Amino acid sequence: MLEGKVESISKAEAAEMLRLMYETRAFEEQAEKSYMMGKIHGTMHLSIGQEASAVGSISTLEPDDYILGHHRGHGLCIAKGADLNLMMAEFYGKEVGYCRGRGGSMHIADVSSGNLGANGVVGGGIPMAVGVGIGLKMRGTNRVLISFFGDGAASTGAFHESMILAVLFQVPVVFVCENNQYAMSFAADKWTTSERLAGFAEQYGMPGTAADGNDIVAVRQKVQVAVDRARSGGGPSLVVNNTYRYRGHSKSDRNRYRTQDEIEEWQRNDPILRYRKVLVSEGIFDDQELDAIKDAAYEAIEKARQFAEDSPEPAVDTILEGVYAP
Amino acid sequence: MREITYLEAVREAMTQEMERDERVFLIGEDIGAYGGAFGASFGMLEQFGPERILDTPITELGLTGAATGAALVGMRPIAEIMFMDFTTLASEQLVNQAAKLRFMFGGKASVPMVLRTPGGSGTGAAEHHSQSLENWFVHIPGLKVVMPSSPYDAKGLLIGAIRDNNAVVFVEHKLLYKMKGPVPEELYEIPLGTSEVKREGKDLTIVATSIMVQRSLAAAEQLAEEGIEVEVVDPRTLRPLDPKTIIQSVIKTGRVLIVHEAVKTGGFGGELAAVIGESKAFGYLDAPIVRLAGKDIPIPYNRTLEYHAVPQIENIVAKARDIVQGKV
Repeated sequence: MLEGKVESISKAEAAEMLRLMYETRAFEEQAEKSYMMGKIHGTMHLSIGQEASAVGSISTLEPDDYILGHHRGHGLCIAKGADLNLMMAEFYGKEVGYCRGRGGSMHIADVSSGNLGANGVVGGGIPMAVGVGIGLKMRGTNRVLISFFGDGAASTGAFHESMILAVLFQVPVVFVCENNQYAMSFAADKWTTSERLAGFAEQYGMPGTAADGNDIVAVRQKVQVAVDRARSGGGPSLVVNNTYRYRGHSKSDRNRYRTQDEIEEWQRNDPILRYRKVLVSEGIFDDQELDAIKDAAYEAIEKARQFAEDSPEPAVDTILEGVYAP
Repeated sequence: MREITYLEAVREAMTQEMERDERVFLIGEDIGAYGGAFGASFGMLEQFGPERILDTPITELGLTGAATGAALVGMRPIAEIMFMDFTTLASEQLVNQAAKLRFMFGGKASVPMVLRTPGGSGTGAAEHHSQSLENWFVHIPGLKVVMPSSPYDAKGLLIGAIRDNNAVVFVEHKLLYKMKGPVPEELYEIPLGTSEVKREGKDLTIVATSIMVQRSLAAAEQLAEEGIEVEVVDPRTLRPLDPKTIIQSVIKTGRVLIVHEAVKTGGFGGELAAVIGESKAFGYLDAPIVRLAGKDIPIPYNRTLEYHAVPQIENIVAKARDIVQGKV
C-alpha cells in the first residue's frame, strides 16, 4: 500500500501519472528489445523499477520548470513531456532524434521544454544545477529546477561542492537523489542509507527527507513540499527516493553483485503495481480502465519504434555541425 | 592614447560589459572584498553588489559547473579560476559538460561563458601555481582558447570572449598584469580567431603566445641591431586558430621559430609546426621549423632554476640567430 494520500491528486492527474509510468516502462522494454535485435547500438541504462521516483517527482513541476538528469534518465525525459517518437529516434541514432543522433540514450535533452539534459558523468549534472538555479534567480523568474542524481553521485566531490554553493546562493533547486541501491556494482548500503543521505542535507544547511521511492504518491508529496519551498524563495532541499533497478547497470552487467532473490523481492514492491492497487482500492479507477491506460502506453511505444525505424540517418556531411554556436 | 595595465584592462572589460549587459556576472574564489587573488575584480563588488559578484568558497568544480549551468539558461558568466593549475579541478565540468553540451544536444543548446585564469611562471610560486596548461583545452572541440599578450589585446579579446556564444578559456599571464600599454577607454571587441603581426620583418618569423610575444619583441629589437629583421606573429586565439596570417608570414620569411612557455612535449608549438608543415609554406622553408618552449619539467621553486625552466629573451635571440645563420 501507499503511505501517501492519493485523494490529494485529481483523477485526471492520477491517470496521467500512471500513463507516464507505463510509457517509461514500455519505452525501456522496447529499447532493450531493439538493442538485443541489434537495431540500437552502444549501451543503455534502464530504470525499470524506478518509475515512481521520476514520475512522482516531476509531477510537481509546472510546464516551464526545469530538470537536469542523469544517465539512467529515460523516465525523467518522459515525465517531463518528451515526445516519444523523437526520443526513440534518438536511441536509434536518427537525424530527427532529440539530439540529431549525436547524444543517444545518455544525453537526451530538450532545452526548449526545460529538459536540460541527461548526463553521462556520474555527478556531472549537480554542479550545473546550481548554476541553473543562479540563472533562474538572476533572471527574476519563479521557475524551479529538479536536479536528479543517484546514490553513486552522492559520494562524489561534485555533490559536496554543489550542496555548499546551493545553500550559499539559496538557489531554487530541488535535489532528488534516486537511491537505487547500487552504483554499478557497489552497494550503497556499504557506506550509507537513504535516511543518512537525507541527513546530509541538514548538515549543509537545507531540509532533507527520505521517501519510499516506490510509492509515487509519497514521492510526489515530499517533492512538492521542496518545490513549493524553492518557488517561494526558500532555497534548496534534498529528497532521497529509495528505490531499485531491476535490470543491470548497463548492457554489460552480469548481476554478479546481487541475488535473484533480492531482485524478485523488490519486484513484489513494484511501483506500478502498488500504485494500481491503491487506485482500485480507493475506488478511483477499476482494473479495466487501468489496463486501457497500459495498453495505450504500449501502443504509443510501438508507434515510436516504427517512427524511429522509418526515420533517416544523419547525413555524414553534417558531421561537423553543432560544435560551436555562431 | 591613455595607458593602463593589463590587469586594469581585464577589469575594465568585465566592468564595461557588466554595465552594458545584465546577463554578465562574475563567479570565483576571493573575487569579492579581496578583489581577486591578483586584483582583477578589485572594486567590482562595491559597484555591482553581491548579486552579480558571486564570491565562492573553494569549489573549482562547483563554480565552473555553476557557470556552465547559468550559461545554459541564458546568462553570460565569467568564472575566475585563481591559478591555471586549478583548472585541473574544474576540468570535468569544463571539458565534459561546457564544451560538449551543444554538440551532444544536437546543436540545440549554447554555453556562453568565459573561464578566466592566470597561467605561467616567474613568480616563485613553484610547481602548483605556475603551469601553462592551455594546450589541454586546445585539444577539446567545443572550447575556445584565448591568450592575450598586451593590455590592448586583453581588453578587446576579453570583450570578444564575453560576447562569444561558446565556452572560452581566457588565459592571462601573471607577469603581464603590471605591463602598461595604450588601451581605448571605449568598448571594442577583438573577434576570436584573428592572429596579428606584432612586428614586421623579413628574415625570420617568430610565432609566440602570451608573455613570449613580449619576450620575442624584445629579442627582435636586439636582433635588429645585428641586422636580423624578425617578424613576430601572435595567434592570440589558439582555438580557433587563424593560420592564414602565420602561413603568409612564413612564406615571406622562409624561416620560423615557435616560442611558448608551456612544456615542449605536447605543447601548442607542435600544432603550429604541423599547421605550417602541412601548408603551402612548407615549400618556402629555408630552415627546419624550430620550437623553443618550456623544459620538460615541473616549474621549480629556486629563482635561478625557475628562470631557466622557460624561454627568456636571450634564449630567443640565440635560437633566432642560429636559425638565420643556418646553424640548426
